[in-house]
Amino acid sequence: MKNSAIIKFQSLSQNESFARICVSGFIAPLNPTVSQLADIKTAVSEAVTNAIVHGYPDSVGEIEMRLYSDKNLVKIEIVDDGAGIDDVERAREPFFTTCCDGTRSGMGFMVMESFMDSVTVVSAIDEGTRVVMTKRVGKDSEMGN
Amino acid sequence: MELVLELRGEIDHHRAESLRQRLDKEILESGADKVIFDLSHVTFMDSSGIGVLLGRYKLFATRKLYLFGANETVDRLLTMAGVYSVMPKYEENL
Repeated sequence: MKNSAIIKFQSLSQNESFARICVSGFIAPLNPTVSQLADIKTAVSEAVTNAIVHGYPDSVGEIEMRLYSDKNLVKIEIVDDGAGIDDVERAREPFFTTCCDGTRSGMGFMVMESFMDSVTVVSAIDEGTRVVMTKRVGKDSEMGN
Repeated sequence: MELVLELRGEIDHHRAESLRQRLDKEILESGADKVIFDLSHVTFMDSSGIGVLLGRYKLFATRKLYLFGANETVDRLLTMAGVYSVMPKYEENL
């Protein structure tokens, strides 16, 4: 059975937990394992945080979270219309960060890549960034991993 | 002197800065040379939490820092990020 949802919210840090709650509710009917649910929540948290911190560093903009499911496949898109990423490959390198406030680890993309089956990043300067992640859920998927 | 610092709830970018300030303040005021971060009551952590922990490791490099009680999900993230290589698990009971 297919399902989809589109949720828009402002690039405020308190909406990081809101995004996690939304994606948890969306995938719950697919019966993910505890581990899979945690993986997806963490990956969404990373993508949304990146949009807030790097997409809109000096302003508040709109973030769109697009959720799709088809049988046991979950696809999640986190889209912003913000600053964009100059060099996506470099941004995806572990420990690369442009922040220096002592709380950023530069591991956001590494976490997304580790916890999801696939991660695609499309970005253009001053046009925004779209992160597309997929993951199969359910006990059968876990046994296949 | 030993200091146990309890972390609770969800640790994400939204909470990271206030948490960093609290931890720094308590460590500096205590003067402890051994600090144990008790993660027993942490229900969620993403890389912002890793950033806070590794940032404390860099800032308090002369002190011994340990992690205690991470749940399975948080433990997996800490392991993947290599945090235990610089802040080992505290194996004794608190």
